[in-house]
Amino acid sequence: MAAGVVIAGAGQAGFQVAFSLRSRGYGGPITLIGDEPHVPYQRPPLSKGFLAGKQEVRHLHLRPSPYYATQKIDFVSGETVTGIDRASRRIQLSSGSTVPYETLVLALGARVRLLPIPGAQFDGVCYLRSLDDAIGVRSRLQSAANVVVVGGGFIGLELAAVARAAGKRVTVVEVQSRLMPRVVSPVISEYYARLHADQGVEIKLDTGPIEFAASNGKTSGVVLKDTTEIPADLVVAGIGVLPNMALAENAGLETGNGIIVDSHLRTSDPCIYAIGDCASHPDPFTGSRVRIESVQNAVDQAACVAAAICGEPKPYDEVPWFWTDQFDVKLQMAGLSAGYDHATTRGDPANRKFSVFYFRNGRLIAVDSINRPADHIAARKLLARRTPLTPLQAADESVDLKSLAERPEALR
Amino acid sequence: MPAITYVSPSGEAQTVDVPVGDSVMEGAVQNAIDGILAECGGARQCATCHVYVDEAFLDRLEPIEEPEDEMLTVTASPRKANSRLSCQIPVTKALDGLIVHLPPTQK
Repeated sequence: MAAGVVIAGAGQAGFQVAFSLRSRGYGGPITLIGDEPHVPYQRPPLSKGFLAGKQEVRHLHLRPSPYYATQKIDFVSGETVTGIDRASRRIQLSSGSTVPYETLVLALGARVRLLPIPGAQFDGVCYLRSLDDAIGVRSRLQSAANVVVVGGGFIGLELAAVARAAGKRVTVVEVQSRLMPRVVSPVISEYYARLHADQGVEIKLDTGPIEFAASNGKTSGVVLKDTTEIPADLVVAGIGVLPNMALAENAGLETGNGIIVDSHLRTSDPCIYAIGDCASHPDPFTGSRVRIESVQNAVDQAACVAAAICGEPKPYDEVPWFWTDQFDVKLQMAGLSAGYDHATTRGDPANRKFSVFYFRNGRLIAVDSINRPADHIAARKLLARRTPLTPLQAADESVDLKSLAERPEALR
Repeated sequence: MPAITYVSPSGEAQTVDVPVGDSVMEGAVQNAIDGILAECGGARQCATCHVYVDEAFLDRLEPIEEPEDEMLTVTASPRKANSRLSCQIPVTKALDGLIVHLPPTQK
């Protein structure tokens, strides 16, 4: 029997490879290996609807458990891939067994960055990445009174919004001078700072925790750089993630900020692909290397690899998109704004409906939209087609972006 | 539980019971019904849970809000007057017997 496809990692990306292969009619063996005890599930709701109690575990499953047997996908849970023998094309599992592969897909995901400060081991200092993490935080949130969120990024702010909506006293501590500093412009950061403040979340910028206080082993407070202490019976740290790439490194594959892949998402071994949070790929829009942590990236890279395995290889060329829900506000992002040299606003932030258009060397590279879904969809089309747009056009509400994006001559 | 029928492009019908409060998309995903991808999980971000709602049920649905309306402009199969994102249709008792037709492609 042929060795088939082995997928290391059963998150959204790993799942999607198996799903897309079967949808395309791939008939060979598929082995999908995940280190968690659950069938593949969606992560975005863990800091949104699931945490708020609006969704249950069954709503998170990407497909129900019987799907895997029905589709002849050998789903192995609770196992870690511990090694790759590239010469004999076999992987080793934590249980000691080995599995042969014809094609190996590394969809290893990322792990949370840990707080390296005293007291981080106390009961009540949590992280939010896995379903088990979320079940724990959700349960602790019910009895918590004072919640401190370390990190003013997406996960931290989504969590803060849920906790505040549940009536908790919530403080967000961010070491940078504004919220979501790595990914949005100051105008968006300021909008969110005001939104959270209006809802009663206390935002503390330019500071971070130096240690945690506890009584009887349970967290009781967070000590900040200026030595002030905030009472806390629940601390959740959302300070970013690190790509899982030790497996690739140990196998001699090229790594950097993630596992290095080419435009077809192949690693330095042509039989091995890497996708999703763990992979660093050449951005088709700028040529520079990027590693993107998002559902869109996981799903589209998986579909690209599945197509290649089925004999239809093409370079990965999708516009990144992302969203975050905080309180009743939706931020939709298209493209990657990192490295922009000019930003212009369309609409008025005071009306709670506006978009920020980001340019680099005169070219549109990204658009962040708050409560303006039409701008977001137009942006995805403009970016996909590389339609020229000037900052003046972007800011001018009389310019119809949708028809500009759909102009036939804009097609590449 | 209300029964929802999903009809494939080739005309095969599959009827499943879906809990009240779940969406028509979740009913499809949890029963592994082919033809609904739901890549974003119901966030109105991907347009891969597009359905054509049987005309008889159209007036029982809540109206389309702007974010759904925008996503319906980027569906892989043509948008029709009865096009909806199934993630935006919560199942209610009044929708017992709902029939939705799946488009030829979602992506």
